[in-house]
Amino acid sequence: MKVPALDTLWVYLSGSPLLSLLATLVAFALAVRINRLVGGTPWLHPVTLAIAILIGFLLLVDMDYPSYFEGAQFIHFLLGPATVALAIPLYDHRERVRRLLWPLVVACMAGIFTAVTSTLGIAILLGVSQETLMSLAPRSVTSPIAMGIAEQIGGIPSLAAGLVLLTGSIGCALGPGIFRLLGIRDPAVQGFTMGLSAHGFGTAHCFARLGAVAGAFSGLSMGLTGLLTAFLLPLITGLLGLG
Amino acid sequence: MPLVMGMSMLLACQMLGELVARGLSLPVPGPVLGMVILLVGLMVRGGVPDSLRLAGEGLLRYLTLLFVPAGVGLMAHGALIGEELLAIVPTLFGSTALTLAVTAWVLARLQRRFGVGRHDGGNQ
Repeated sequence: MKVPALDTLWVYLSGSPLLSLLATLVAFALAVRINRLVGGTPWLHPVTLAIAILIGFLLLVDMDYPSYFEGAQFIHFLLGPATVALAIPLYDHRERVRRLLWPLVVACMAGIFTAVTSTLGIAILLGVSQETLMSLAPRSVTSPIAMGIAEQIGGIPSLAAGLVLLTGSIGCALGPGIFRLLGIRDPAVQGFTMGLSAHGFGTAHCFARLGAVAGAFSGLSMGLTGLLTAFLLPLITGLLGLG
Repeated sequence: MPLVMGMSMLLACQMLGELVARGLSLPVPGPVLGMVILLVGLMVRGGVPDSLRLAGEGLLRYLTLLFVPAGVGLMAHGALIGEELLAIVPTLFGSTALTLAVTAWVLARLQRRFGVGRHDGGNQ
């Protein structure tokens, strides 16, 4: 028998970054197609769908997350330069940002305060454990910042990152309906709100669906929210006697 | 070649941001500081180089894809999330809806007030 056994091939494949890279791209392409097929509904966001497909795939072939990430980290790494690149749309719309600076800062503080107090309030009412509570608290800031904050106030960093992503997909799903309800059509307001409540997910969603103005304001609010939350959250949890 | 130049500029800003964040032990991630550094650079220079725009806008177009690997990490917490699912899901939905509504409402009101008497500051 000259043909190598299937399991040796599998050992090679699952050990190389090729498989997880390819699987990630294919799952994403598939998710975008499916989302388009069902009329682009925000309830089946391509990212959420791609993540679900990939988790299903990994469970099916019995690959654990660290070995998947070995390959997928090449895609993950690009998040860094992409975050830096948010400066470009921000620069393009600098006039509008400058004119609105104070309303933006005030709205940002109001949003953070609502996010933190409503999260803690509802979670305490429903009786979650202390660890989960502290991982939930920073859920409306972008994941790298959230992980740092969660650690600082006694949560689980990687759980916080997961909850941040769930928040992002929920925000993308709820956003359009809430804007319609409140009669908000301005892309700058929509973008800023999405960036604050759904961080990176919301920003990506804005670039994909609402255009460059919404994307720029979304990126701005993501950065601003991250900075302000890092300073405000320990204060708020301290005030509530939870820290 | 422009793609290489643009990518180098982005990575250089990220590295600078990373160095500043670590050097001063700030709680802010390096890329966010890198964004601020690039913005200041663009303001000083007074324009976006074509190469930078090419690389940057290419990345931003696929921003959603870049979140997928981190999102798959949710599977590592399946058990923990499953245990408290009934508390976590309503919390996330309730507070996300509230946050969206409050932020949009506050900003829209303030913008209308501040936008009065200016050319294009108000709602479109």
